[in-house]
Amino acid sequence: MTWYEALPLLILASSLIPGIIIFNLPEERRGLRTTLNLAGAAIKLVFIGFMLWGVARGEQYEFRYSILPGLELVLHADALAMLFVTLSAALWFLTTVYAVGYLEGSPHRSRFFGFFSLCVTATVGVAMAGNLFTFFFFYELLTLSTYPLVVHRGTQSSMRAGQVYLAYTLTGGAVLLTGVVWLYGLLGRVEFAPGGVASVLVPAYTDQLRMVFLLLIAGVGVKAAVVPLHGWLPQAMVAPAPVSALLHAVAVVKAGAFGVVRVVYEVFGVELAQSLGLLMPLAVMACITIIWGSFRALWQDDLKRRLAFSTISQVSYIVLGVALYGPIGTVGALAHLVHQGLMKITLFFCAGNFAETLGVHKVSEMNGAGRRMPLTMAAFSVGAVGMMGMPLTAGYVSKHYLSEGAAAANVPWAAWVLLLSSALNAAYFLPILYRAWFRSADGTWPHEHVKRRGWKETSVLLLFPPLISGVAVVVVAVFADHSWSPLAWAKLIADRQYLSSVP
Amino acid sequence: MIDPLAWLILLPLTWAAIAFLLGPTRGGRIAQAGIALQLVLALWIATEVAGGSSRQHAAGGWRAPLGIELLADGLSAIMLLLAQAVALPLALYARAYFTDHPAGIRHFWPLAGFLLAAMNALFLSADVFNLYVTLELVGLAAVGLVASDSTAKSVAAALRYLFATLVGSGAYLLGVALLYGTYGTVSLSELAPLVEDAAPYATLLAAGLMVAGLMLKTALFPFHFWLPPAHGGAPSPVSALLSALVIKASFYLVVRLWLGLLMPVAPPAAAQLVGMLGTAAIVWGSVMALRQPRLKMLIAYSTVAQIGYLFLFFPLATHTAPDAAQSALQGAAMQAVSHGLAKAAMFGAAGVVILSTGHDQVARLGGITSRLPLTVFTLALSGVTLMGLPPSGGFIAKWLLIDGAISSGQWWWVIAMIAGGLLTAAYVFKILRHAFLEKEQSATFRRLPRMLEWPAFALALASLAIGLRASDLLRVLGAP
Repeated sequence: MTWYEALPLLILASSLIPGIIIFNLPEERRGLRTTLNLAGAAIKLVFIGFMLWGVARGEQYEFRYSILPGLELVLHADALAMLFVTLSAALWFLTTVYAVGYLEGSPHRSRFFGFFSLCVTATVGVAMAGNLFTFFFFYELLTLSTYPLVVHRGTQSSMRAGQVYLAYTLTGGAVLLTGVVWLYGLLGRVEFAPGGVASVLVPAYTDQLRMVFLLLIAGVGVKAAVVPLHGWLPQAMVAPAPVSALLHAVAVVKAGAFGVVRVVYEVFGVELAQSLGLLMPLAVMACITIIWGSFRALWQDDLKRRLAFSTISQVSYIVLGVALYGPIGTVGALAHLVHQGLMKITLFFCAGNFAETLGVHKVSEMNGAGRRMPLTMAAFSVGAVGMMGMPLTAGYVSKHYLSEGAAAANVPWAAWVLLLSSALNAAYFLPILYRAWFRSADGTWPHEHVKRRGWKETSVLLLFPPLISGVAVVVVAVFADHSWSPLAWAKLIADRQYLSSVP
Repeated sequence: MIDPLAWLILLPLTWAAIAFLLGPTRGGRIAQAGIALQLVLALWIATEVAGGSSRQHAAGGWRAPLGIELLADGLSAIMLLLAQAVALPLALYARAYFTDHPAGIRHFWPLAGFLLAAMNALFLSADVFNLYVTLELVGLAAVGLVASDSTAKSVAAALRYLFATLVGSGAYLLGVALLYGTYGTVSLSELAPLVEDAAPYATLLAAGLMVAGLMLKTALFPFHFWLPPAHGGAPSPVSALLSALVIKASFYLVVRLWLGLLMPVAPPAAAQLVGMLGTAAIVWGSVMALRQPRLKMLIAYSTVAQIGYLFLFFPLATHTAPDAAQSALQGAAMQAVSHGLAKAAMFGAAGVVILSTGHDQVARLGGITSRLPLTVFTLALSGVTLMGLPPSGGFIAKWLLIDGAISSGQWWWVIAMIAGGLLTAAYVFKILRHAFLEKEQSATFRRLPRMLEWPAFALALASLAIGLRASDLLRVLGAP
């Protein structure tokens, strides 16, 4: 096995192996567990660094393993995979640090971190999947490995949330499987390739292709929480904060959105999807989701629930960008894949900090939180204004490209939807900021776990992750033109999708 | 000169006899050694068959039609491998189980040896009469095992089982007699060219009787009435043997007869009917599993449901394109193997729960995740196989079956399989949901020897691993 084959496997193994060891560790081996976690996360980042460097020089990293004749597990590092792999590995590192601090002293940590590692392994597998079969393989693994995290607290309410989660995701997986097997039956093999592979079936199988598209998009749409398949997401926020952060920013909803990207661009090909008239319904669905999610967020008093509805809305920006025919929309979608992750993980980290430090779970309890926890609140504010699309934040960059993309694709109403959504974002985020910064605290906090010590408003392990991701929200926007920024990668990928399909 | 074919039958008979003489303690150890040897033999046969040479053995040097001929091809090699691979961990498990809980141990090893010998003989038989004899022996040994703990309940379940198995093999024997009367031979290879499209009614009747009898023995819906009490009531190592292997023996026989003999005379409607019964089994078994308050009954009904998938083989393989038929056979074989491993693991885990907590109420499983984490893992991993999710063998099985259904244009079976997977998820996660509850709901949690938890876990792991090594298994299957 050469280095080029081994590297994708090593990237999987760097979280899989620590995960398996952690399962077998007794509860009290805290030091070893934390070391394994962080070492795994760090090693993964190093490997990914190598791979990014190689991919940028045009090297091919690919691992193939044949399960059945014609049915292969393929891990392939293309530019699109690297975008998602890098995002998930970087945010995993932050979330691990955060989770170590968050779960201090709580029971079943070995189990938690074991599944946590499996979850990231599955996400990275989804990212690097080189064909539709491999994608499905890791997509289902992701469902299985996140369930124990969602129900980790072992209470009746988390069990109910877990049940809803499974009901949606397993049904989605079953629908996806049908589409995948169908397409394999038609094509023989379905390797991801820029420009798509399904165009050979036109015109003989157009009706079947439309059905397959519907099945595949419905299957990945469940995880991407596209309305009306979104019911599980607000429920799942009963999970511990690091899990919610991971679920909303990198792992589950992102895997769904990433699936939409792969299906539209690399299975069907955007030209084919456009000519079959499949993009417009997708855009309409995305717009409905964007508006609906934002509307529902307005009425939520529970902070994490409000963020969950915001996720529903924001993830569909990605879907909308994919559905807008033309490279500019594509750039917006792919950039938002990364940007939304950075912003949303910041917001969830902060929400977790308020809950763990002050016992604040509701928006109505947040009066004066900015004075008690200025650093956390500053990070939260950056994430929030980013979501609204304020200039100099990541959200502005992606919204800018999405609006341009809407104009370029000749769907002007999509730009209006984006504008309306920004207004709604402001309507549900600004009251939080106002309460936290400008109101004074009403008496005592609901349940103050951690006292303030100097500048340390909460435990250091909880404080740094949101600060770092908050800074990243600004950095990716300020240096958007730099050749290593997410935006630049997005442009690179978009070029390939459209150039390759022009004969 | 060692002939693995003959020794696969002689070895278990030998250790069964020794175990009978020496008693369960030392007998158990000898049984374990014997099964380990059998596994080596089965692997030997499988590699040889995969290499392209099918193996024959004429017992006592007498060739057919006078003597008994043993024959190993791809399908039998796989079934032999499955039987020994499931039996070895179960032997380790059973010794630990009966040390802890001795009710029923006196007859376990001799009967288990007898059962394995009969089953291996069945997989190797090449004529329909000899198949009848081995089928009857498998049934009798299994009935004995169900009754082995001699409680009133298990004896009642055993009698019900005995009735079903006798009627089943009686119908089969009648079919054999009709075939012999019509064609004057019982050898499968000699019958095959004789049975053709324009067969007399006697052949059709024989086919109907044989298939119906075997469906009764395999507990296909609506003939499943005997299975849940027998599998759910027996001691756990016995339940595992029965659910994982014994029903597969009669299923193997239907497939063998169908492929080698009956397909040309079977009307397509018959295959569709069998498929419908399979679908009904999936739905009925899963729904009933979901409603069971006891863990072992839940698992037993899950077997009823999983058998349904096996029978989807018939509509997919009968009068369809060779591609679809091949996928169907491969899918059914994968399903038989992965269900065998997973179900043995699940019953093993259920036994651990019972010994540790003293009960098997699903609603009172709360707290076992912290006390018996490995066992919960075992339940979860074998559940993944039953649900047919990657990376398990059950997933590959389902993939192949769905592929067969789509490529033969019978999309309605796809719906059955997809819905079946979701129903399976419902009852698997019912177990896990209760297990994950933080609150401890059992009065006692006894610590158990490692040898009880690990073999079941190994079986569950194996049911996942064969998903990744499916091509090896299918290479053996595809060999002539």
